[in-house]
Amino acid sequence: MNILWLQSGGCGGCTLSWLGAEQGPLFATLADEGIDLLWHPSLSQQSCGEARALLGACAEGKLNFDVLVLEGAVLRGPHGSGAYHRQAGSGLPMMQTLAQLAPRARHVVAVGSCAAYGGVAAAGVNPTDACGLQYDGEAAGGLLGGEFRDSLGLPVINIAGCPTHPDWISETLIALARGAIGRDDVDDLGRPRFYADQLVHHGCPRNEFYEFKASAAKPSDQGCLMEQMGCKGTQAHADCNLRLWNGSGSCLRGGYACIRCTEPGFEEPGHPFAETPKVAGIPIGLPADMPKAWFIALAALSKSATPARVRENARADHILRAPTLKKPRR
Amino acid sequence: MARLVVGPFNRVEGDLEVTLDIAAGAVRAAYVNSPMYRGFEQILQGKAPSDALVLVPRICGICSVAQSAAAAQALADAMGLAPPANGRLAANLLLATENLADHISHFYLFFMPDFTGAAYQRRPWFAAAEPRFRAISGAAAAAMLPARAAFMRLMGLMAGKWPHTLALQPGGSSRPLQASEKIRVYRELRQFRSFLETTLFGDTLEAVAALESLEALQAWRQRSAPACDLQLFLEIAADLELGRLGRGGDALLSYGSYPEAEGLLLPAGIWDAAASCVQRFASGDLREDVSHAWYAQAEAPQAPAAGSTVPLVDKPGAYSWCKAPRWAGRVVETGALARQQVAGNPLVRALVASAGANVMSRVLARLLEVARLLPQMERWANQLAPGEPYCVVGEMPREAAGEGLVEAARGALGHWLTVRRGRIHSYQIIAPTTWNFSPRDAQGVPGALEQALVGTPVAAGDESPLAIQHIVRSFDPCMVCTVH
Repeated sequence: MNILWLQSGGCGGCTLSWLGAEQGPLFATLADEGIDLLWHPSLSQQSCGEARALLGACAEGKLNFDVLVLEGAVLRGPHGSGAYHRQAGSGLPMMQTLAQLAPRARHVVAVGSCAAYGGVAAAGVNPTDACGLQYDGEAAGGLLGGEFRDSLGLPVINIAGCPTHPDWISETLIALARGAIGRDDVDDLGRPRFYADQLVHHGCPRNEFYEFKASAAKPSDQGCLMEQMGCKGTQAHADCNLRLWNGSGSCLRGGYACIRCTEPGFEEPGHPFAETPKVAGIPIGLPADMPKAWFIALAALSKSATPARVRENARADHILRAPTLKKPRR
Repeated sequence: MARLVVGPFNRVEGDLEVTLDIAAGAVRAAYVNSPMYRGFEQILQGKAPSDALVLVPRICGICSVAQSAAAAQALADAMGLAPPANGRLAANLLLATENLADHISHFYLFFMPDFTGAAYQRRPWFAAAEPRFRAISGAAAAAMLPARAAFMRLMGLMAGKWPHTLALQPGGSSRPLQASEKIRVYRELRQFRSFLETTLFGDTLEAVAALESLEALQAWRQRSAPACDLQLFLEIAADLELGRLGRGGDALLSYGSYPEAEGLLLPAGIWDAAASCVQRFASGDLREDVSHAWYAQAEAPQAPAAGSTVPLVDKPGAYSWCKAPRWAGRVVETGALARQQVAGNPLVRALVASAGANVMSRVLARLLEVARLLPQMERWANQLAPGEPYCVVGEMPREAAGEGLVEAARGALGHWLTVRRGRIHSYQIIAPTTWNFSPRDAQGVPGALEQALVGTPVAAGDESPLAIQHIVRSFDPCMVCTVH
C-alpha cells in the first residue's frame, strides 16, 4: 500500500508527533507492514522538479497511489479561490489539487483535526475559510462533501486530534493496509473507533479527586481540573489516558485541561479554554451520558464526603498527606 | 537572463518556493515566496489573553514549545509575573529539549539526505553516505528515530505531550516534578547523551564542545576512529566546499536564551561583521516592512507592537506572505549560528571570521550547540527542587501590553501582545524564518536567504539544483512559523 501525503492549512505537528512513535523505528514498522510513503513533504528524498513531476503524474492518473493523506485544513479563501495556499512550484491552489486527487485514491485519510474538521485554522473569524476534507466543523460537507465515499465505500477516515497520537496514525494505516477497516470501525464523525470509543477521562490519574470533586485552583495543583480549569476529559472521545503520550504523558498528566481536541469545533469552545463555564455554580459541560440531576446530586454528596487528605492534596503541587496506613492485625 | 521557479522544497517544515534569475550559469537575484497564509494574528484578536497559550503553539508543530514559551513570557510581562526557580528550570528544560530534538531532526531527516542523490555518486564519500542518510530507508534514520522518540519521553514527563503542550504557563510550569521524576529526567538525558556520543559525535560531548579553533576541528576530523556522523559531514563539507556556499552573516541576531538565577545563559545581541563586535539589542529597533508582502500597508514600517496583519491577495509588487522584519533598518540572519556567535563560542567565532555564515557553519553550529546544551540540561535537572513551587498565579490587567522574546531552534522568536478591556486587541509575531526568508523591503534590499543565494552556480536545465537546496536547508527553515 503506498501513500501520497500532502499538507495544507496546518502546522505539521501531526507528522512531528508521528515521528515520536515508540514501537521501534517508524520507517521500519511501515516497511514491515508493506506500507510505502510514495511522497511526504517533510520526509521524502524527491524535491523541487522531481517532486513536481511525481505530484503531476499522480494528478494525471499516470502514477497510482492507494491512500491520499491530508494533514492541515483545506483553505478555501479568499472568496472560494483557494489562493491562501498555492502550491510551491506550480502556483495551483492546493484545494483544487486535493479535489482532483481524492477520487483517484482507494482511501482518503484526514490526519489531525484541521484536515478532519477545520480545527484551529478555522478558529476566530476563520480568516482563510478553512474546513476539513469531509466536514466543516460539525457539519458534514467540507471540500469533498458529506456523500463522498472511497472505492470501498468508506467515508474520509478522520484521525482527529491536535495533534494526533503517533499510534492513531500508524494503527489506522496498518489496518487499512490489511483491509481491516470497515464502515463499522469508524464512528459517526469518521474517527477510528479503536481510540474514539474511549473517553479521555478513562484512566485519568486524577480519578480520586474527580470522585470527590476535589478541584485544582491553579496550574500545578494536583486536583481535578473539571470544576475550575476547563477540563473536558469526561466528554472528549480519545484514549489519551490509557495509551499515554511520549512515554508516560497526557494532558492531564501534564497538569492541564483536556480541551477536547479530537472533537469538531473544539477550537471555539465559547469560553476561555482554561476556565469552566458554569450556570448557578454547576459546570455546563457534564460528563458524557450522565443525567444532569444525578450529576448534581452525586457531586453534592461526594463533596460533603471528601476526605481531608484528598481535599488538601487537591490544592497542593505535591503530596501533603499520604493515605492512612492500615494498622496491622495483632 | 533566465527565470527558474524552484519548488516545492520538501524536507523543510511547510511550503516554500524560490524564484531565481539566472545569467551566465549563476544566480543573479532570488525571490523567496512563502505561499501559505493561515491568519493566526487575526484569529487571536478578541480572544481571552490566556487563550493564546492554546492557539499560539498550534502555529507550528516543530517549534511548538518555543511558541508556548514566547506566549507565556508575553503574558507574564503583561501581568508583571515572574516564575519561581522550578518554573524557570522546567521552562529551560522544555525549550532545550525541543531545540535539541529539532537540531537532530534537521541534521538526520532534512539536511543530510541531500547528499545521497545520484548526482554525487562519484564522490569519494558517497558509498558511506548513501546507505546511511538516504531519506526514509537510510540506516541513520533507523538509529536516530528511536533515540529521538526516547528523548521525547522528557516531553511526556515534563509537559504531558509534544507538540502542543499547555504546561508552560506565565507563572511557571503546570507539571510539578517530584523527587523520583527528577531522577527520571536525568536518566533520559544521560540516555540521549549516549546516542549522541556513540552515533553523532563518536566522542564525548565535552571533547566536541572543547574544539575551539579551525585547526583543532581539522585535527579532530582526521583522527582515526571511531567513525561517526559528524566526521562524515565534515568530509562531505570539505569535498563540496560547503563553507563557500550560501554566504551571509553580515549581521547575526540572537534574543538570548535560558534565564538562570544570574541572567541569561546565552546573551542577547547582534553580531555586526563590519564593526567586528556584538551590538546591544533593544526591541525598540525592530520594524516590519510589508512593501513586498500581500498585506495592507501603513505609511512606514511598523514596530511589531503597533503592526497589523490584513491580507491583500492581489497587491501589486508583492510576492510572499512573509513580512520583512528589519533591525535598525538592516537585514539580519538568525539561528544557532547567530546564538553561538553572539555568545562567543570560540569555534563558531573562528568559522564566522574565516567565511561568515555559510552552509557548513550553519549546520556545524547546530551540532556544537547540541554538544554544549545537553550537559547544561543535566545540571538544570539536578537543580530542580521538589516540594518548592513550580507555578505562581497573577491577574491580567484589563489594559496591558507584553513582549515575549525567546530563541527557538531556528532563532529569534518574538511575540507582542496588547490587551484592551480584558481581551486580546493585537497579537503580532515575528518568527525566526520571517527574518531569514524575508522578501525585499521598501528600499529593495533582499532578505537573508535572497542574498545568500546570489552567485550560486546553477546548470542550465536543472530544475532541482542541489546547491540551492543545500543553502535553503542550511537555514533549517520553518515556513509554518514564518507566515503563521
